[in-house]
Amino acid sequence: MLSYILKRLLLTLPTLSLVSLAVFLLIRLIPGDPALVLLGEGADAAALAGVRADLGLDHPLPVQFVSWLQHALRGDLGRSIVSGEPVAGLILQRFGLTAAVVLVAVTAATVIAASAGLIAAWRRNSAIDLAVVGAATVVLAIPSFWLGMVLLLLFGLKLGWLPFVGYIPFSESAMQAMLFLVMPVMTLTITESGVLTRMMRSSSIDVLQLDYVTHARAKGLSERVVLTRHVFPNAFAPTLTLVGLTLGHLLGGIAVIETVFTLPGLGRLMVDSVLARDYPVVQGCLLFTAVVYVVVNLLVDLCYPLFDPRVTAR
Amino acid sequence: MIAALATPLLRFAGVRIEAAGRARAGSAPLLDDLSFDVAPGEFVAVVGESGSGKTLAARSILNLLPDGVRRVAGRIELEGRDLTQLSGPDMRKIRGAQIGMVFQEPMVSLNPAMTIGRQLAEGLQLHRQLSRGEIRRHSLAMLERVRMNDPVRCLSAFPHEFSGGMRQRIMLAAVLLLKPKLLIADEPTTALDTLSQREVLELMVELAHDEGAAVLLITHDLGLVARYTERAIVLEKGRLMESGTTRQILTDPRNPYTQRLVASLRGGITAGTAVPASEPIVVQVRNACIEYPGRPGLWRAGTPTQVVHGVDLDVRSGEIVAIVGASGSGKTTLGRAILDLKPLAAGSIRFDGIELARMTPAQRKQFRRSAQLVFQDPYSSLNPRLRVRDIVAATLRHADIDAAERAARVDAVLDEVGLASFGDRFPHQMSGGQRQRVAIARAVVCRPRLVVADEPVSALDMTIQQQVLALFRELQGQYGFACLFITHDLALVRQIAARVVVMSGGVVVEEGPVPSVFNDPRHKYTRELLAATPALEAAALVS
Amino acid sequence: MMDRLGHVGLNALVGIPLVGALLATIGIGLFWMPYDPIAIDLTHPLGSPGLRHWFGTDEFGRDVLSRSMLGARISVLVALATVAVAITVGTALGLLAGYLRGWTDRLLMMITDAVLAFPGILLALALIAVLGSSDGSIVLALSTAYTPSVVRVVRATVLSIREREFIEASRTAGDSPLETIARHILPNVLPPVVVLATSLFGWAMLSESALSFLGVKVPPPAPTWGNMLSESRPYMDVASWLSIVPGLCIAGTLLGVNLLGDALRDWLDPWRET
Repeated sequence: MLSYILKRLLLTLPTLSLVSLAVFLLIRLIPGDPALVLLGEGADAAALAGVRADLGLDHPLPVQFVSWLQHALRGDLGRSIVSGEPVAGLILQRFGLTAAVVLVAVTAATVIAASAGLIAAWRRNSAIDLAVVGAATVVLAIPSFWLGMVLLLLFGLKLGWLPFVGYIPFSESAMQAMLFLVMPVMTLTITESGVLTRMMRSSSIDVLQLDYVTHARAKGLSERVVLTRHVFPNAFAPTLTLVGLTLGHLLGGIAVIETVFTLPGLGRLMVDSVLARDYPVVQGCLLFTAVVYVVVNLLVDLCYPLFDPRVTAR
Repeated sequence: MIAALATPLLRFAGVRIEAAGRARAGSAPLLDDLSFDVAPGEFVAVVGESGSGKTLAARSILNLLPDGVRRVAGRIELEGRDLTQLSGPDMRKIRGAQIGMVFQEPMVSLNPAMTIGRQLAEGLQLHRQLSRGEIRRHSLAMLERVRMNDPVRCLSAFPHEFSGGMRQRIMLAAVLLLKPKLLIADEPTTALDTLSQREVLELMVELAHDEGAAVLLITHDLGLVARYTERAIVLEKGRLMESGTTRQILTDPRNPYTQRLVASLRGGITAGTAVPASEPIVVQVRNACIEYPGRPGLWRAGTPTQVVHGVDLDVRSGEIVAIVGASGSGKTTLGRAILDLKPLAAGSIRFDGIELARMTPAQRKQFRRSAQLVFQDPYSSLNPRLRVRDIVAATLRHADIDAAERAARVDAVLDEVGLASFGDRFPHQMSGGQRQRVAIARAVVCRPRLVVADEPVSALDMTIQQQVLALFRELQGQYGFACLFITHDLALVRQIAARVVVMSGGVVVEEGPVPSVFNDPRHKYTRELLAATPALEAAALVS
Repeated sequence: MMDRLGHVGLNALVGIPLVGALLATIGIGLFWMPYDPIAIDLTHPLGSPGLRHWFGTDEFGRDVLSRSMLGARISVLVALATVAVAITVGTALGLLAGYLRGWTDRLLMMITDAVLAFPGILLALALIAVLGSSDGSIVLALSTAYTPSVVRVVRATVLSIREREFIEASRTAGDSPLETIARHILPNVLPPVVVLATSLFGWAMLSESALSFLGVKVPPPAPTWGNMLSESRPYMDVASWLSIVPGLCIAGTLLGVNLLGDALRDWLDPWRET
């Protein structure tokens, strides 16, 4: 077990190094003086000189990379060209909102997918199965931004049940803040449940055909116990991996949903920075997302032995 | 007379099983009008090949038929009580407690995500109200009885930490822990090697006797039937062919199908004859050592493990030499090395006097045509995307003949293996036996000097085994190629080979003419292997 | 078996007409459209669907049907180009990794792991920030984001195929490694790749629409489904067709492509019963 954890930790090192290298090189792809790119047009000569010294622009690229990495490891991702604020601060400020929406939505989607997929597989080819597969297939084809707009139109405009667009921070009114987040969470939940349900169904079908399930039935266990104790943990393991991948990517920002519901999340920060050519922020967001992805998947892999103890033996 | 009046433990009366749905409408039932009895404590075999319906019969007892298959008629009684009329909850009280079931695949019959202890406890909790301490005590005692080394550690271990044979013993423990009156064992040892097969079966018989449980042994192996059961029921394509005492079925089969089955045990093939020392040596192996690369770590290559240690072997022109051994004995690896598919770590292999490692490109080209391989798995050995004709022709791709002659040779060889009209089929459109004929055709089409046959019939049913083996022997006689016949099955060795090499743990432990090795084995391992092959006894019984 | 045939039937039955309709729309649009999709007619802004304009008009009086037809062409072209690049590069690298194994494999896996850490849209956003907004940079970004999944599928298939015994049979027949790859490995790798290609096509279309929706593509005179949706937002309450039509176009296309992919996966299975 310990060697499994160590090995899994070690495996993240090459990924993290390559990821940071890619993010570092991104800015160098832009023609021109990197200091000017980072500070924006119209920066004064003193600031430019400062940045050049910081980045060590007269040093060879590897040295620059190391120095950049040292800054990044200390949490110094530079300053925004537009607002002049530290990038790390901007990201953390926005991350809370995105994380709240994504964590709630992915948890809800996982619960829905795990139960719907399991039941559909158990009653394979029945009306329930057809309904679940059909719904998952349709959901898979609906773009989240359109679904968000349709929900807005329905619950916000036509029925007037939920606040339309915008956002009130939790610090001002937790109740209000939650009301504003109902529709974004709903949109994301529906969107993400499609793939997860299909995955859970197909792995449950595979597990249901294995001898140990028949063996469990042959012991006299009830179907409920067979499903929850014998089928579920084994069928859920591959779905869990997919949940990790999904979570890792979504935590980097759900730009389209944040745009539909005008939420000041991480995805919107990235989009606005791209539009404003605010390179330090773009770079920071990219690095942050990739690191979050690696960390989330590491955590999921560390949970994996709970469902499939065989991995620790490999 | 008295026995007949007593209520049997299990009674099948006119049981009929069909596939549900349109696809099979009008086609023959999967099991037709099956009736038989099992007395308390009796050991009964249900014998049949694939498609005979024997597994369906077993699963129908506990109402565990797979999706899309239904029992449409008949009664199944346990001590006079009709199981087919039971409600779900009532049936669940029978399952496990009265009737236990052991499955074929030890690798997938225990839940990989639960400890052995929890899986053993599950049944006890359900059927008997015991305290946790009592459950633990019972589980430990049972694990001890199935001779697990460290029962306490075993309770907290997961299935993947055990070998196939050990898992099957754990299965036995889990099932017999509930003291069922009937134990259904569905091919319980088919996936195990010869020695663990014997261990598990002897244990099953011993425990069932102690508990007074009857056993319904579902099997394709007449050898097991002969050694372990009192009565047998023979099924073919869902129909009952014959039932009677095991002795009567083996010595005096009345039904034509049973006769064929019993004949396959006896074997009607003329074994290869010893070739004189004047024949040239085709393959000469000297001190061959073969390694597998170890699992590479994150940054370094793995340490190689040696699986064959210094083997010597000669095969003469026209000779059939069998290599027997358990899985992991190195027999398959040696076969691959002789075909230059695996490099040697040390030693040498010469083909027609030329060392494999030192061949010129022209010699290698010649060698590739002269030495061929027939594989075990007819599913994996044929490219699913090529037609039979192209699969066979592939061997001739590098031969210096024109397209017309190549086509003619392919047609001729397909005719010889009895597949003249199958040239345009894809592998998945053929049965296992037909696929294996294609594999043989592919090997002999270029008139090789040597054929390495690696378990060529192990995946086939017994009667099909005999047909394919007969064909192989006939072609060998006709073309006179030397043959290295790799197998784990001593019964096959006696049927086909003149000389046998016994391997264990990567070394040759015994070697000699088949009759002398079989009648007077020198090495302890050979003796164990012979004792663990019930088909040999059964063959002696029937002939 | 019944189950599978049933599903193939249903999947194909819905998928093929949907994809057919998409292709027909693009085909017809090359020669004829009801109106000039970029001609502004300020006398008919936000006209509701009717006989003259089947799907209504937008805030500048432009015909929504014609704009959707043109939008289909752009979305499909971007998605096709993305899939072509990702599949070609991914298959080549996957074959290399799976066949050579060792260091080549390990290095390629590290790189794919790193690329997979960036969500496709984010990677596209970053490249747009650096290279400027164009369909070219979107294709480059999306194909970079999708290539790793192709590499992984191809590599996994090669690893399982090369353990099959017919690969050894090919070696005993005297085939060279290249011949073995071409005759025995590639044909068995293609079916899963074809199935993956349909999924990638769907993802690429979705991402392209999302990027247009986010407004990071230079607003072109030519419409895309994504920016039609984005431009419709201020008029959602008064002209809901502006949001509904392009949304249905995207959803219908994705549904068709996904179902076709499911049907293909079942058809291309070599062990399918006949």
